[in-house]
Amino acid sequence: MAPFPLPLNALFIKAGVYAIFLAIGFGFGYALEVSGFNDSPRLAAQFYFKDLRVLKVMFTAIIVAMVLIFASSALGLLDYNLIWVNPTYLWSGIIGGVIMGFGFIIGGFCPGTSLVAAATFKIDGILFVLGGLVGVTIFGETEKFFEIFYNGSYFGRVTLMDTFNLPAGVVVVLVVLMALFMFWGGEQLERIIGKKDLSKEPRLRYVGAGAILLAAIAVMLIGQPTTSDRWERLMPVKGAELTERKYYVHPGEVLKTFHDHKVEMVLIDVRSEADYNLFHLKDAINILPEEIPAHISEFIAKPANTIFIVMSNDETAATEVWKVMVAESVHNMYILEGGINNWLTTFGTAFEEDFCAGIKEGADDELRFEFTAALGSGCPAAYPDPEEYELEYIPKIELELKRAPSSGGCG
Amino acid sequence: MTTSEITKKSRFSLKALFSKPAQPYADPYLGGILLGVVLFLAFFITGNGLGASGTISRFAVFIEDLVASSHVNRVPYLLKMAGGDKNPLDDWIVFITLGTLIGGFVSGVIHGRAKLETTKGPNISNQKRWVLAFSAGILFAFGARMARGCTSGQALSGGASLSSGSWVVMFAIFGGAYGLAYFMRKLWN
Repeated sequence: MAPFPLPLNALFIKAGVYAIFLAIGFGFGYALEVSGFNDSPRLAAQFYFKDLRVLKVMFTAIIVAMVLIFASSALGLLDYNLIWVNPTYLWSGIIGGVIMGFGFIIGGFCPGTSLVAAATFKIDGILFVLGGLVGVTIFGETEKFFEIFYNGSYFGRVTLMDTFNLPAGVVVVLVVLMALFMFWGGEQLERIIGKKDLSKEPRLRYVGAGAILLAAIAVMLIGQPTTSDRWERLMPVKGAELTERKYYVHPGEVLKTFHDHKVEMVLIDVRSEADYNLFHLKDAINILPEEIPAHISEFIAKPANTIFIVMSNDETAATEVWKVMVAESVHNMYILEGGINNWLTTFGTAFEEDFCAGIKEGADDELRFEFTAALGSGCPAAYPDPEEYELEYIPKIELELKRAPSSGGCG
Repeated sequence: MTTSEITKKSRFSLKALFSKPAQPYADPYLGGILLGVVLFLAFFITGNGLGASGTISRFAVFIEDLVASSHVNRVPYLLKMAGGDKNPLDDWIVFITLGTLIGGFVSGVIHGRAKLETTKGPNISNQKRWVLAFSAGILFAFGARMARGCTSGQALSGGASLSSGSWVVMFAIFGGAYGLAYFMRKLWN
């Protein structure tokens, strides 16, 4: 393809985005340099309890950023669900971490600090960066020998809130308390082992400690928005769109999307397991409404071209699940119009009729087809042949590019 | 000044611009607050934290792609970054790193700390320090790939976003460094 004319629109958006990253990186490098992180003995002194600068800078940064993240999330300014939270790979994380620790004490730098050291002409910093290029190359070339270990013990997006089963605000306060305790302990070590005169340290640090603790407590008291809070916020727009049936997708469009290779379709069947076993669409996954919250992070992590379609026997349960998932920031969410009952009316064949004792008048969201056998998805209606149906419908699915980052800075 | 107490530096100053007296580093808590605000802004604006090792691996793949393009197209790990026409440097993390270099340089010049020198413990030679820095760079980067992130991408960013895995990695880094510190004491003291 010819490179000219230039795709200016796309280019300018990209340039703007990259300018933002450049500015953030500038702040990062500046902060590392003023903190003294381009001086390897000063970094290594951490591990001989003489100068606990590394601990102080790192944990101050962590608690400041954490309190700001959860404060803005509590105030509804930031969506924590859409923030990149490093997925947990337990054992490769531990082994990799220990290897990094060895590298840290032998080399006196880590990758970020070595970049700043190199930028300020420290020869050892430049060599550390060059060694890094060799190290990643070795990793790339040898990864095939420990691929299973590298990709094993994967737990997905696990937060400290999940691990300790505590609300975010409580975790924030506990982390701040832990950091303050470490600062206190660190200063005692500096006094005893590093022979530092603590009376010369600025008094202002006590004010800072008090301020961050108060901010953390405020975050805990405000609390993080619940699913219903989040839905309330979206209600004016999304609620009206639901009434206009903007997200109810005709079975014919679902069938067409089945065969669209540009998109990934996730069919979420929220009916009881019994109904699911009687009949479900091919590749539909069975998740009960109360189990949906546990799957949110996994859904958000799906590729941008993923379409989610929720279904129940009619529409009531599916619509409720839709609200929960939309409130929790899952994008490209749709509902199967008329549910499974409508699907079977549309695509039912003689095969299904043989296993069906009749059609009953049930309550809302009840399966109206009285199956005599559990067909599962082993029948023609579970995966109809698109060639056989000429259906008229208004297309509803629009692929929306999502904002959630799909990888961290380490890929 | 504490700098000269802790370290003995070999200095060959370059130009007048870079030969002004070095100012002391900022108070660590103040530096930490600055770093924390930058980290928060990164999350707030982009949804991502900070990182460094990602660029190092992308740059390595970039070089490898120049030298042995067909090889890159066969190894799955490399393919992700540089398969076919994909440019491994066309990624947000590369711009973060460019900014990091510029930011570090600017602060270094402003504060008179941008000097051609070797930072090391008082009792080892420059040559030994260079060899060890290079070897440790290899080791650290290998570990960072293994753990899917370094002190920036895992410990700092994942620490602030409260990722359990990142906290594990953070403690493993500190554990590894403290575990080996005794045996490396001659390097730094």
